[in-house]
This record gives sequence, structure tokens and C-alpha cells, in this order.
Amino acid sequence: MFEDMVTARRYEERLQEEYLEGKQPAFDISAGPIPGELHLAAGHEPAAVGVCEHLRDDDTVTAPHRPHHVAIAKGVDLERMTAEIFGRETGLSSGKGGHMHLFDPDAKFACSGIIAEGYPPAVGAAMAAEKRNTDQVAVAYAGEGATNQGGFYESLNLASVHDLPVVFVVEDNDWAISMPKERVTAVDDNTKRAEGQDIPSARVDHNDAVAVYDAAEKAVGRARAGNGPTLLEVQVHRRMGHFMGDAEAYRPDAEKERLDAIDPIDRLEERLRDEGVDGERVDELRDQAEERVEDAIEFAKDQPEPDPEAAYDDVFTNPPSGVTDEEPGEEAISAGGDD
Amino acid sequence: MAEADTDAPADAAERELTMSRAMVEAIAHEMETDDDVFVMGEDVADYGGIFDSTEGLLEEFGRDRVMDVPISETGFIGAGVGAAQEGMRPIVELMFADFFGVCMDQIYNQMAKNTYMSGGSVSVPMTLMTAVGGTYNDAAQHSQTLYGTFAHLPGMKVVVPSTAYDAKGLMHNAVRDDDPVVYMFHKRLMGIGWMPAPEGPKTGVPEDDYTIPFGSADVKREGEDATVVTLGLHVHRALEAAESLAEDGIDAEVIDLRTLVPLDTETVVDSVRKTGRLVVVDEDYESFGVTGEVVGRVTEAALDDLEAVERVAVPDVPIPYSRPMENEVIPDSSDVEEAVRATRE
Repeated sequence: MFEDMVTARRYEERLQEEYLEGKQPAFDISAGPIPGELHLAAGHEPAAVGVCEHLRDDDTVTAPHRPHHVAIAKGVDLERMTAEIFGRETGLSSGKGGHMHLFDPDAKFACSGIIAEGYPPAVGAAMAAEKRNTDQVAVAYAGEGATNQGGFYESLNLASVHDLPVVFVVEDNDWAISMPKERVTAVDDNTKRAEGQDIPSARVDHNDAVAVYDAAEKAVGRARAGNGPTLLEVQVHRRMGHFMGDAEAYRPDAEKERLDAIDPIDRLEERLRDEGVDGERVDELRDQAEERVEDAIEFAKDQPEPDPEAAYDDVFTNPPSGVTDEEPGEEAISAGGDD
Repeated sequence: MAEADTDAPADAAERELTMSRAMVEAIAHEMETDDDVFVMGEDVADYGGIFDSTEGLLEEFGRDRVMDVPISETGFIGAGVGAAQEGMRPIVELMFADFFGVCMDQIYNQMAKNTYMSGGSVSVPMTLMTAVGGTYNDAAQHSQTLYGTFAHLPGMKVVVPSTAYDAKGLMHNAVRDDDPVVYMFHKRLMGIGWMPAPEGPKTGVPEDDYTIPFGSADVKREGEDATVVTLGLHVHRALEAAESLAEDGIDAEVIDLRTLVPLDTETVVDSVRKTGRLVVVDEDYESFGVTGEVVGRVTEAALDDLEAVERVAVPDVPIPYSRPMENEVIPDSSDVEEAVRATRE
């Protein structure tokens, strides 16, 4: 868990550096080596590692638009993920997805750029497991801001009424972009909402990876044993703005909040030391993580950009005639024209 | 494309089915041969589908494979996406196309785009079945066709059957396709007791399975004087118009598009090259829709052959409730007839 947490944190630090390159002085979102928006999850790591530690390769995870920590914890190919974020040809999605739309079928990982909309497909994955009588489980991630969306309630209800093997993870970071939780969410704790859907639930405060691990063990075990869904809410701290370039003018106490909150990595490191893991081993894990991240970023930067004509590929798995990989161009633009 | 088996085989004449029976027969066959096929939607199990689209499946396959779901389209259509991404082949019903507003994100941002956004590494072999169309005084929220809306958004194939024969062959194809298919059936064609169908959709249907390739329009009536391009219910209205025109010596060719994505431009253009006159008939709103698209494609491909163009569609108003007003805005055979005559003036 510690290794994945420091990898995720280091990864985001390096993405941040790469992202800012070329975007200054007047912030230009499309400039620099990483185009588009970038939403970082520094401070959210325990919600990812504490849950994914219990998952198998064949369990499905759907992540929200802030996906890197979950992807790393689920074992998504780091090099290809980075290539995707850099918009390169060999990225997970051949440069068509970008950082909010990472798909790795090998790791059974997907995410969505739309708030709460990863919840229903996770319920569908759980439905598939149930119908095929496997013991696979599905895990759906969303932020606490997403819990005001219809998709959240619909998914909880559907999973509850069919006892589906799904774990709903809510990352409660107190902020829905610029909106503090208390101004947009009627309850301070989504276990209350889970109760309303007859779903067992737990809340873990203080961004504590070990506590998340323990709670998730029960939730995943429950799903795996065929006993239905669980909602697990984890208090996390958004250590960054909503997106890179967000000046957080709406959050005047942001710095103080960050200082007040104990960093979950520090918390876990202290615990490791208390339990007798020596400092050398901790440093070694940090070094390994750093090396892995550097390798991934170096790999990504070395990869070619996609051929512009590739924009016409992959609209369909089974393209109608006229929409083929071999004949990109005008005909393919019609996305369905067969003449 | 012209390779489609557009003529029903001889054995089809042995029995006639309603469009809904033909659809159900295809679904049942796919469920028998593939355990990964299942049906999910509102009132699809005990009720058998409000428009009989799943009639009888519960008795045959049980609740695990024919699932009634809560009234929560985002939840269950999205669950269909998730199950499809796991390699299952869900058939999910959105009861009325009009309801897409509450769940369009799952349709166009997840179902339709995940293949593309994943660079082709994810497939969504799902069939989204939905009822379309007016002509039964159910007003503006239950009468739309919305063909153009779905066909406009890339990543889904869009199918619109007009006969029982086509309904079965296109359904087999839809379920077997590795991409999301939106299967839009007109309520008025289904052959349900409380909504009489016109002559035409009830046709001979072979017992065995067969597929109709997407992108193969069907020339329903050959003619020399004008090309009428349409789909769904309006295939039958256009054929009625053509018969009436024939009495006056005007020989109209009627083309049933059968699928909007992919769109068989070639068959349409070939016909216009022959007739020189194009009439496009659609039950959807006129602006930014099917009529404009077909005219645009023909214009690009065969401008020199084109002597006249007419569009017949709903004149950009919501579908009204009262019968005389609804009749005013939804095209009927006399509107088609008039449009064909207009191309000859």
C-alpha cells in the first residue's frame, strides 16, 4: 500500500511539473507536453490503495475524472497510462482518451469524465459477474459531490435490489469543484444515504489507509461472498485545486487546511516505523517509486504522436463498410456512410 | 450497399408475423444460443414490454435473463454499458425514445464513446431498443421519433425497421454486433391490440435466423419518375402515396433506409441518378435532421442529376395532443403525394 501511495504521489508531482511546462506565463491549457485539463488526486491515496489491495486482476474498477491514484492501485500499466496522458500513439487509448478517459481492459479499469457516471457501468459489471456466477466484484469510485447526482441513487438502488457484488467508494474531499460540501449536500455523511437504500456502509475519517484497508476488507469480502453491495466513504483531503490552473480563490484557507490535515503518506509511514519497519526500507520504497515514475514519464515522452488520420479509427469495433482503418479520409468522416 | 437479401426468401410466405413477434423471435433465438444475451428494462418481464417488444420472454427464460428494473434509466442503461464491457450482450429497453433526456449521458458519453476513447480496446456490444413515433395522440413527450438526434452522435449504429421481416433480421444483426446499436421501432408498426398497424408491417418471416446487413437500404417499390426516401412508419405511407400517384401515371420509387448509421447513400444516389427527383420523408423534426442529411449527401454526390428536391417532415413543433393538430404536423400519404407532384412542377 505504501509503495502505491508514494508512487501515486510522486506520479502526480511529476505530472504537475510536466503539465506546467510551456503553459506560463499566461496560462494556456492546450500548451506544453500535456494538453487539456489535469485533475490531480494528491491526498486521496488511501481511498485507492486501501480498497484495491483487496482486488484481483479480474475485478472491475470504474474511477472518476481524478483517476491516477486508483489506476496505479489497480495495476494499470503505468507506461501506457503516461503515454496516454501525453497524448501519444502507444497510450492506453492510442491518444484518444487523455487523462480523464483511461481504459485498461487488462487491469479491468475504466473511468469517466462525467460526474457519477462511472457508477452505473460498475453496477453492470457486477451484474455480469452475478449472471455468470463468478465471484468477481466491481468497485465504483466517485467524489462526495457526485452523490447528489441521480446516477448515484439509481446505482445504489439497482445494486441493492439485486444484491450485486459492488463496492461504492465515495471520496469525500469536502469540495465539489468550488462548492464546499455543506452548501450543496444535505447530509454530512453518505452512510445515511446508503442506509436509505438498505445498503450497509462505513465511513473512514482522517484519511487513514489502514482503516480504509480494514473497512474495505469487509466490503469486498461481502461482495465476493455474494452478500451484496456496500458503500464505503473515505474522508480525504484535496491537496490541490480542482484542476491544474485552478487558483482556488473560493478556498481562502486552502493552505491552512492542508497543513492541518495529516498527510496520509506521513500517517502510514509513521505507522510502518511504529511497527518496526526501518527507515532504510521506507527510503528504498520511495526510491523505487520515483524510479518507476521517471521511467514511465521518459517512456511516454519517447513515444510518437498519433497519425492525424488515426482520428477516424475506433469509432466502432466492427466498422460499417466505408468506416475502416484502411480508408481513413472523407468517407470515414461521415461515421456511418457506406458509399 | 446492395448485397442485402432484400427479398424475403420463399419460405417466408408460409407464415406472417407482427413486427413485435418477429423482434421477440430474434431475441429468443439469440438468448437460446448465447448465455451472455439478456434483456433488461422497465416492464419487460411480467408485462412483456409496453409495446410487446419482449412478450413471452419471461416464461421462457426466467427473471435472471429478463429483468424488470426500477424506473431509473441512467442506472440501468449504464448497467447495460458495464455488462457489455464485460463481454455480455445486453438488450436494454428505453421505453420511449422521448425519455432519453434523463439518461443521455450513459447513451452518448458512455455507451457510444467508450470504444473510441479507449482507442478501440473496449467494446460495448449492447442493443438499446426504444419505441418511437406519434400518430396516436399521446402528445409531445411520448410521440417523438428523434432519429436525427441519435444518428447525429457518432459511435452507435441506428436501426429503424419497417416490416416484420426486417425487424427480425436487423435484430439478429444488432445483438450479434460488437458495437452499440440503437434499435428504434415505431409503436404503430408493432401490431399491438390497442394501436392498430397499417397494412404492410405484418409480413412473412422465416422460422430460421437470418441477418440483414446494416447499411443496406431496401428499394420497396421501383419507379422512374421520383425517388422517395424514408424509414419506419412512413415507408408504408410513402407506398400508399406511390399507389395513388400511379393512378395518375406518376411512377415513384420508394426506398426504405432501414438503418441511419450506416446510411446507404449509394442506393439513394443510384435511384436519384435514374429519377432526377428526390423527396425525403421523415417523422422527425425537419431542421438538422434526416431529411437535410439525405439531401446533403445526394447533393454532394449527384448535384448534376438533381432536378428537384422536396422535404416532408414534422415542421419543427413539438407533437401536439389533439387529433387534428397532430394530423397536421405528422406527414401522411397525401403530404408525400403532394411533395412528389411538386418535384414535377
